Amino acid sequence: MEPALFFFWAFAAVTVVGAVGVVVMRQPIHSALFLLMSFLGVACLYVLASAELVAAVQVLVYAGGIMILFLYTIMFVNVRRQRTERYLHLQAVPALGFGFLFLLVVGGVVVNEARSLAAKVPAADPKALATTVVDGVTVLGNTQAVGWMLYRDYFLPFEIASVFLLVAMIGAVVLGKRTMERFD
Amino acid sequence: MITLAHFVGLSFVLFTIGVVGVLVRRNLLTVLMSIELMLNAVNINLVAFSRQLGDLTGQVFTIFVIAVAAGEAAIGLAIIISLYRLKSSVNLDDAAEMKG
Repeated sequence: MEPALFFFWAFAAVTVVGAVGVVVMRQPIHSALFLLMSFLGVACLYVLASAELVAAVQVLVYAGGIMILFLYTIMFVNVRRQRTERYLHLQAVPALGFGFLFLLVVGGVVVNEARSLAAKVPAADPKALATTVVDGVTVLGNTQAVGWMLYRDYFLPFEIASVFLLVAMIGAVVLGKRTMERFD
Repeated sequence: MITLAHFVGLSFVLFTIGVVGVLVRRNLLTVLMSIELMLNAVNINLVAFSRQLGDLTGQVFTIFVIAVAAGEAAIGLAIIISLYRLKSSVNLDDAAEMKG
């Protein structure tokens, strides 16, 4: 087996085991740690797909930021008490059956479609993802290429995303701060 | 050689695990984590197609999706904390007032 494929399967295994752990583990803290494992596996897969900047953002934002948010929330809420409660819904069995069926039927179709598309459109040269031409000068590097695209072609979405994040931040602070009176 | 089908298949498996997680779990925190798994599956797809087509747009969109996921996690966890203050529980079944 060639090295790239070996690493793909290794990181895919890490990602899927982490994802299954999130769903299966009873304690939220264990779920959170498995989620971290899954995030890091996905970051490694991004490197294999020659998306280095996205991999770095994945580690910083997901494995860094979002993970810390989850861990703080788990510390904040009292999960010890829930140990005795049932942790699965009554619909667990039909949901598992549905998931299995979905995976087999729709997944098979989607993978077949991807295979035929890959046969029609040959894989591009990875260098195309790491070069950009600025004012007639070729600039190397995936980060530079994505950065130029982000600021040149997608400037308005970028600004909207910044406003979105500001609104989300204010909303999170307001929701977290306000003391609501109990109504039960 | 890693093909497009490898990435798409993996992303599909991850997405299905996320869907099953949302349907199966009672703990709101784990449900939110499953949603993050689904968003990750979408990101893998975008990056895989960007790699196949040699077009950076997919990677730019992945960064936007990550930004939206960060906002979603922040708001979702704030809502969970509010719910916990209100009910002293993060169980989905304890938040069923609007059940018809």
